[in-house]
Amino acid sequence: MFIDFFLRLRAAGVPVSLREFLTLQAAMQAGLAEYEIENFYYLARTALVKDERFLDRFDQVFGQCFKGLVPDGAGEDPAAPVDLPDEWLKKLAEKYLTEEEKTEIEALGGWDKLMETLRQRLEEQKGRHQGGSKWIGTAGTSPFGAYGYNPEGVRIGQHESRHRRAVKVWDKREFKNLAGDVELGTRNIKVALRRLRRFAREGAASELDMAGTIGATARNAGYLDLKMVPERHNAVKVLLCLDIGGSMDDHVRLCEELFSAVKSEFKHLEQVYFHNCPYDRMWRDASFRPAHAVPVMDLIHKYDPSWKLIFVGDASMSPYELKQPGGAISDWNQESGEVWLKRLTDAYPKAVWLNPVPEPYWRSTMSIGLIEQAMEGRMFPLTLDGLDRAMQRLMR
Amino acid sequence: MKFTGTQSYVATDDLKIAVNAAVTLGRPLLIKGEPGTGKTILAEEVATALGRKLISWHVKSTTKAQQGLYEYDAVSRLRDSQLGDAKVQDIGNYIVKGKLWEAFEADVAPVLLIDEIDKADIEFPNDLLLEIDRMEFHVYETRQTIKAKHRPIIIITSNNEKELPDAFLRRCFFHYIRFPDRETMEAIVAVHYPGIKQALVREALSVFYDVRDVQGLKKKPSTSELLDWLKLLMAEDIAPEVLRDKDPTKLIPPLHGALLKNEQDVHLFERLAFLNRRQPR
Repeated sequence: MFIDFFLRLRAAGVPVSLREFLTLQAAMQAGLAEYEIENFYYLARTALVKDERFLDRFDQVFGQCFKGLVPDGAGEDPAAPVDLPDEWLKKLAEKYLTEEEKTEIEALGGWDKLMETLRQRLEEQKGRHQGGSKWIGTAGTSPFGAYGYNPEGVRIGQHESRHRRAVKVWDKREFKNLAGDVELGTRNIKVALRRLRRFAREGAASELDMAGTIGATARNAGYLDLKMVPERHNAVKVLLCLDIGGSMDDHVRLCEELFSAVKSEFKHLEQVYFHNCPYDRMWRDASFRPAHAVPVMDLIHKYDPSWKLIFVGDASMSPYELKQPGGAISDWNQESGEVWLKRLTDAYPKAVWLNPVPEPYWRSTMSIGLIEQAMEGRMFPLTLDGLDRAMQRLMR
Repeated sequence: MKFTGTQSYVATDDLKIAVNAAVTLGRPLLIKGEPGTGKTILAEEVATALGRKLISWHVKSTTKAQQGLYEYDAVSRLRDSQLGDAKVQDIGNYIVKGKLWEAFEADVAPVLLIDEIDKADIEFPNDLLLEIDRMEFHVYETRQTIKAKHRPIIIITSNNEKELPDAFLRRCFFHYIRFPDRETMEAIVAVHYPGIKQALVREALSVFYDVRDVQGLKKKPSTSELLDWLKLLMAEDIAPEVLRDKDPTKLIPPLHGALLKNEQDVHLFERLAFLNRRQPR
């Protein structure tokens, strides 16, 4: 039962394993769902989803899998619909409809039709609505909405159903803003950056472990037995290169958040600024005054290859700025941006490019593809998920 | 035996299902959510509701998994051996039981709270895998195996500072406490302050959700902050009309110290108040 649902969850990228699926089966056997679809939804969620980032995806798959609550079949994957016990449907109906409504439900072509239409309307409609005879809202004559007087109506947002259940819970997608592929706040960024910290704790044992030494000495019947542990501080060194100005103005907030998170997370952090593409000089200060300029060669000599190089930029520019000597918009450059980029990635084997432009739009800007190529595919979107992948890549 | 919330705790339907699933199948329940939405309180309330003993294990950055099982007090044994105490012959005298052992030993399955598991070292959850799965562990020093008499109800809270390993997550049920909507919030307030004036609650909640909606706050106020603030409002006997006062010069709510915990947030509010004053309505 529900194997298809399980497979679909996996296909949607929710990391569920057989073990969790069996747990769900055990819970069903113990009668925890009580043949109510809402309880089943909650139970499945608590058993299968282990991270709030996946709650939204779970809701979507649940909505698809149990859509319309009947196997409809037409034009769909034949394996898609999942059979639901009849009593679940009945309970669901009882919850939303009075007796008279149930008898008159045929007016709209039956229960299935009603729910199907409701879904369509929900999809079409954005925002609050009052009155009228079609849209879902309050005090209207449409079959959908609250305080209305269409007998075959589905109540939405009326007090009797205190939890506003007329919209099925999973279709509300309340966890949308917790999904991993949307943009993020500082706290989330910090969590993602911790991946870099975890491995930083590794290293040579160089510190005296007091408790361990005392314990070992005691076990050793009083003969001194020294124990050493690695230092606990974060030894990761990060060279952060930020693109400032121009098209990056749209992403200022996101970059600020990333920057403040990075600053509190790493002890060894150096940041430099560039405009559009790195050339022979970068700047210590975002004002781009000549006094703050540092030659890139100096950077490469100063910071050894153990530093991790992180570019943050939208990589959106004219291809000439990347390919042509003298193509830079602010300066005369002897060598092309591509050469400098190659020099930097050669000097720092651990390098990634974080791009605030959403990944689906990358294909529409030529220079993004070029830079991605120059970075050997190590370009990641500036989302929680992308940051996570970038950090993993840096630790490889 | 089902958990249905208590007189002092409002549990949503999904939370009840999660708790009951964890209790029935004897698996740990992992609770996440914004700070101040009642994660830790939940364990206390489950214990009260089911009439079980509560054992709390508060995790800190230095806590080791082993400390939850038992500790071998080598130092006292060393001291005793130098004083010639006869006790020293039996190593069992120096085994100090941890919280998990305590929970395994209880005659009636207790509620074990592992609070803020994300504060500990990243390997901490991995070290507890077998113990939580099989509910048993081996004491190396005395060569005995401790097995749980009854599977305790384990509730684990996390503030999401570290990701937990997959293997650990697979063994748990998971629940994310969503920030309560207005109706749930009213129920929560009613439970905590039964005698409170409805008018005050209505106005206070409006102000509260307005404050939460302000973009750019560093720390949004949560349930526990609202409850503190209401207590203050009642203690100061502030009339509901004061809160309803939409005078733009008084945008900052009275006694805001309970809601805003950060000087940047207060500053942001003052700036908004200033802008509002300049806009003629």
